[in-house]
Amino acid sequence: MKSSRRRFLQVVGLSLVGLGVRPVFGALAGNGSPKFIMSPQGLKGKRWAMVVNPRRCPQECKDCIEACHREHNVPEFGNPKDEIKWIWNEPFKDVFPAQEHPYMEEKLKKRPVIVLCNHCDNPPCVRVCPTKATFKREEDGIVMMDYHRCIGCRFCIAGCPYGARSMNYRDPRPFIKKINPFFPTRTKGVVEKCNFCEERLAQGLLPACVLACQEKALTFGDLKNSQSEVRGLLRTHFTIRRRPELGTHPQVYYIV
Amino acid sequence: MLEKALVGSRTYWSWVAFLLILLGFGFFFYLRQLDYGLGITGMSRNVTWALYIAQFTFLVGVAASAVMLVLPYYLHDYKAFGKITILGEFLAVSSVIMCIAFIMVDLGQPARAFNILLYPTISSILFWDMIVLSGYLLLNIVIGWTVLAAEKKTLPPPNWVKPIIYLSIPWAISIHTVTAFIYAGLPGRSFWLTALMAPRFLASAFASGPALLILLCFIIRRFTRFDAGKDPVQMLARIVTYSTIVSVFFIGMELFTVFYSQVPEHMQHFEYLFIGLHGHRALVPWMWAAVILGGIALALLINPYTRRKEGPLAIACAAVFASLWIEKGLGTVVTGFIPSPLEKITEYFPTGPEVAITLGVWAMGLLILTILYKIAVAVKVETE
Repeated sequence: MKSSRRRFLQVVGLSLVGLGVRPVFGALAGNGSPKFIMSPQGLKGKRWAMVVNPRRCPQECKDCIEACHREHNVPEFGNPKDEIKWIWNEPFKDVFPAQEHPYMEEKLKKRPVIVLCNHCDNPPCVRVCPTKATFKREEDGIVMMDYHRCIGCRFCIAGCPYGARSMNYRDPRPFIKKINPFFPTRTKGVVEKCNFCEERLAQGLLPACVLACQEKALTFGDLKNSQSEVRGLLRTHFTIRRRPELGTHPQVYYIV
Repeated sequence: MLEKALVGSRTYWSWVAFLLILLGFGFFFYLRQLDYGLGITGMSRNVTWALYIAQFTFLVGVAASAVMLVLPYYLHDYKAFGKITILGEFLAVSSVIMCIAFIMVDLGQPARAFNILLYPTISSILFWDMIVLSGYLLLNIVIGWTVLAAEKKTLPPPNWVKPIIYLSIPWAISIHTVTAFIYAGLPGRSFWLTALMAPRFLASAFASGPALLILLCFIIRRFTRFDAGKDPVQMLARIVTYSTIVSVFFIGMELFTVFYSQVPEHMQHFEYLFIGLHGHRALVPWMWAAVILGGIALALLINPYTRRKEGPLAIACAAVFASLWIEKGLGTVVTGFIPSPLEKITEYFPTGPEVAITLGVWAMGLLILTILYKIAVAVKVETE
């Protein structure tokens, strides 16, 4: 074969194509996702879930929100454009728009309802993520984030029907009031959201928001355990979930 | 053949210099964006895809439209397109490169882009989009270059390139279908959740891409000795006409389903687009401009007397291009986020740096297109 610069460039080009082809075959031949090693002293649960009772929430209370954002180094930019939030409240009519009607009691329409990631059993954000930076931990159902793998494409934000995810539009570190050294801060350009306090569960602690709530409006527990407090509440109360018709199987239940 | 891009007139070099300046300008602001983060753009917590992704979506269509030349020429032996098929293929090359660039500037962590290859995820449409786009780029570079190189030696193209050309036909359809799937498969975004998304994208692609090609043919004739001829341009004009009609028809289908069924969740996005929602109407003038431009284009295209005259045809093509750039760009992308899942209306306005970066990417694409067309035209003129 005659060697020439042209020939060399063609071979280099083909080799580059080969580099791109390998991962495709790797993906198609993939053999399952890696397993987690759960912490021995952690809380044991097969399907974590939360029951929220908004009737117990005092109008101006922000205890759970502040506890969560302090624990997880969530920055405060002071503007809605860059805002990052893991747990917050919204008026009932916006959380459950399908339930609203013209004769609904004004107080109920405006009642603050706590919203957070629903840790869906069938999470669209996980389905759309091109790098598996967001994934569902099969062991206990928590939808988690790998901040070091996220490329910041924001496909998960488009995929989430609950608006639970926030993008770091700028460096968050200067805007964290007091850094908690036991939880990582994030870099600009990645997406984040509630993690059901998996880092606390691993140490045998309940989520920060649940502990912070003095009114016992938030209850956390294992749905697969019929003796758990969450199962008890679901047995004795009428509960609804946000947009269940979408088939995402959200795991945050609301007592109304 | 590359050497042909290195000799040119004063006009050629001034144009290249102009594009380089725009490109440098955009690059400067991209460095600012890398430093500050995507917060430098007008995007917000609620509107997370905007101008960049709008350009990406629109340009995938321009790239796919090369098939409207390749298919008649290679499958139906429509000879008149032989002269300009290369223009379609090279337009596809520069458009796909722009698409990839727009995805890159939209990433929060561009340095990690290769994670898509390191952790391939078959459930993600973005993963498939990367595969079909890079494949399409490669196909068009190989086909365009091989066919042109053969032409330079006044030889027929080698046989091995034929199957690759046939492969490029369904592949062109695939790039725009997969791009539509990025939107059409999301459960919570009712504006995009329609099976008509991919057909709509394809129809508007086959209108806007050939419209641009007609304009490019006129520009090339004005500045070089290469004339595409009347027949191929008229055939392209017919393709633009039918595709624009189908495109408008599809939008009519969406409007019927949404407004006759009167499901509020589906109506509110279209209300935001055309009349505004709760006093928010940033996109309303743009959308009506798109409607008017589309109407003018259709009137000029459907009437055979105006379609056959170059002046009105050029106006019609420019109108089709502008109309679909609005509708398929910001109109389609931003509206999907308004209102948000929590019923919030956050309007989107691009910022200066964002516009500069966008212009920079367009300048890069036009520069690549200029160089490729310079080579193609030089070979054509030489062998004629």
